Amino acid sequence: MGEGMVDEILRVENLHVQVEGTPILKGVNLTINRGEIHAVMGRNGAGKSTLANVVMGHPAYEITEGRIFYQGQPLEELEVFERARAGMFLSFQYPASIPGVQVGTFLKKSVASVREEPPKGRAFRKELTAAMEQLSMDKSFLSRYVNDGFSGGEKKRLEILQMLLLQPHLALLDETDSGLDIDALRIVAQGINEVAVNSGCLIITHYQRLLDLVKPDFVHAMIDGVIVKTGGPELALRLEDKGYEWLDVAA
Amino acid sequence: MSDETQELIGDYRYGFHDPENSTIRFDKGLSEQVVRDISELKDEPEWMTEIRVKAFRHFADRVMPEWGNCDLLNMIDFENITYFLRSSDKTEKSWDEVPDDIKNTFDRLGIPEAEQKWLGGVTAQYESEAVYHSIREDLEEQGVIFLDMDSGLKQYPELVKKYFGTVIPHSDNKFSALNTAVWSGGSFLYIPKGVSVEMPVQAYFRINAKNMGQFERTLIIADEGSTVHYVEGCTAPSYSTDSLHSAVVELIAMEGAKIRYSTVQNWSSNVYNLVTKRAVAHKNATVEWVDGNIGSKLTMKYPSVLLKGEGAHAEVISVAYAGKGQHQDTGAKVHHLASNTTSNILSKSISKDGGRSSYRGLLQVTPKSTGCRSKVVCDALILDEDSRSDTYPTMEIGNSTSDLEHEASVSKVSSGQLFYLMSRGFTEDEAMGLIVNGFFEPFTRELPMEYAVELNKLLELEMEGSIG
Repeated sequence: MGEGMVDEILRVENLHVQVEGTPILKGVNLTINRGEIHAVMGRNGAGKSTLANVVMGHPAYEITEGRIFYQGQPLEELEVFERARAGMFLSFQYPASIPGVQVGTFLKKSVASVREEPPKGRAFRKELTAAMEQLSMDKSFLSRYVNDGFSGGEKKRLEILQMLLLQPHLALLDETDSGLDIDALRIVAQGINEVAVNSGCLIITHYQRLLDLVKPDFVHAMIDGVIVKTGGPELALRLEDKGYEWLDVAA
Repeated sequence: MSDETQELIGDYRYGFHDPENSTIRFDKGLSEQVVRDISELKDEPEWMTEIRVKAFRHFADRVMPEWGNCDLLNMIDFENITYFLRSSDKTEKSWDEVPDDIKNTFDRLGIPEAEQKWLGGVTAQYESEAVYHSIREDLEEQGVIFLDMDSGLKQYPELVKKYFGTVIPHSDNKFSALNTAVWSGGSFLYIPKGVSVEMPVQAYFRINAKNMGQFERTLIIADEGSTVHYVEGCTAPSYSTDSLHSAVVELIAMEGAKIRYSTVQNWSSNVYNLVTKRAVAHKNATVEWVDGNIGSKLTMKYPSVLLKGEGAHAEVISVAYAGKGQHQDTGAKVHHLASNTTSNILSKSISKDGGRSSYRGLLQVTPKSTGCRSKVVCDALILDEDSRSDTYPTMEIGNSTSDLEHEASVSKVSSGQLFYLMSRGFTEDEAMGLIVNGFFEPFTRELPMEYAVELNKLLELEMEGSIG
């Protein structure tokens, strides 16, 4: 890729998706290039989380029409773990807990399977310590079981910690701001900004407050499985202020 | 290795076998004469011969258990089993003296290496008898006796006579009768008053021959205020015909003593593993059974503790993994026979590929045993639709001053957990392996580190290639 050329990370074309026979996405188009931050906003049930999950390959979602390309390659053949190894990352709205598996072990194994050249022993610990300090996470996190008994905020921090360590090309952030107090939000936003410089970033959110800290290049309003309007940061402010009804009319 | 052999062995990596060299091998089948021959061959005192014969008669008269997996139990062909096989004429004190092919086997199993690193003593039993035995000098100097059971009987006949069969009489059940009749090998361990054995002592049991019966007999006596951790492991080659492993293990913890007995059983899937394990805990003594069942065709084993003295404590932590063609019928029994005794039972099982795991538990508090406390937790994880898990808990509580808790859960791996882990770069098999290891974590953390690592590796191996 030459200087100044556009580096396409994700392209979604006319995507239709259903879950157990119920259509959720009804023709979504979206292109994300490296270095861009996109925000998708919409009401509950509009299909925002579905978009993030289907891109990551969740088996419950069935693509009935349309295609998804990651770095120019069609995604349908790739299994979930292959997508992760290819540099895709989803920060979950509700991360699953894995009782009995310590965070430290989990992170080490995950990084080892995703990164082409995983850092060895001491180098990894150094990197891990730095990332945890950046996110104001205590070392005691490492010996706890993955998400088991975590508060909402702790879960989200662990998601962002994983993102920092996995260094994805595509970061999908599904309501990462929910459950965070303002200090935690600031810390998490800093993490996102760091990763966003070198990746394509899709932020799914209800609120403007994260977008004050992570400035989007594009804001998409989604209603009933379709992106009905795309704009700049000002669109997020308008949605926060006016809600979605004015778009219902327009749609 | 032929394809057929490979198919039999599958992922079981201890399924290799050596040539069946033997110095003495009895014909298959069991009779009073076989029992007498074993005793004579071992040059035993008369009283032991008498116990053996009495036990044989009981075995012959006793019907098969009418509970558990009767279909599998009734398939055991007692006439097609070799009851005694001596593969080496001596129990050696140095690995260099052990016959090469047998030594190679134990090398492959990592026993000599483990011994150097972290064990206080080792007995290695191959077929019917110990081929290697050693104990650290410092333990010997403190008066610790650690011998294979045959040597124990020879060197300490009074001690053996005093305790043999006192915890598990030959008439306890059909298989304890069988063991008492034909026992050979096993460990004899005595810890003197106040001695604390810091490094675990280990016994390793290996069956090599086809249609072999292994009947080791273990007796551990921890005298007042002493402490010991005994570890055992077991493997066998994979054959298409069955072998029988039927051990009896008796533990006696005197006042204030502590015995921990850890097992990782990884028999090949053609081995019947029908074992009776029971302990007596006197005043303020603690007995802990840490029991892992990964292998075998059918295991029936319920480590028990008789809490005989006030303030005694029992801990039974067990895990079972039941894969294709396997039934792990395991559990725990605790009898609160004195006041203010306490017990904890934690049982975890996984069933997969049509495997079946059963928890069978007995908790008894006699009317006079007041102020007892007990907690029982049973968790089962079922990995697919073909597999099965059952729980058969029995509680007999004789008074109202005792406090008992029982929790049981059956769960399945959620698609949410799998998707989450796969989104972090783990294949489905790896994700399943992580979840399973996590499920067993409360057990593995109780094992010596080397064993825990080994167990995790085993479980990961079991998860490989299992999901389509």
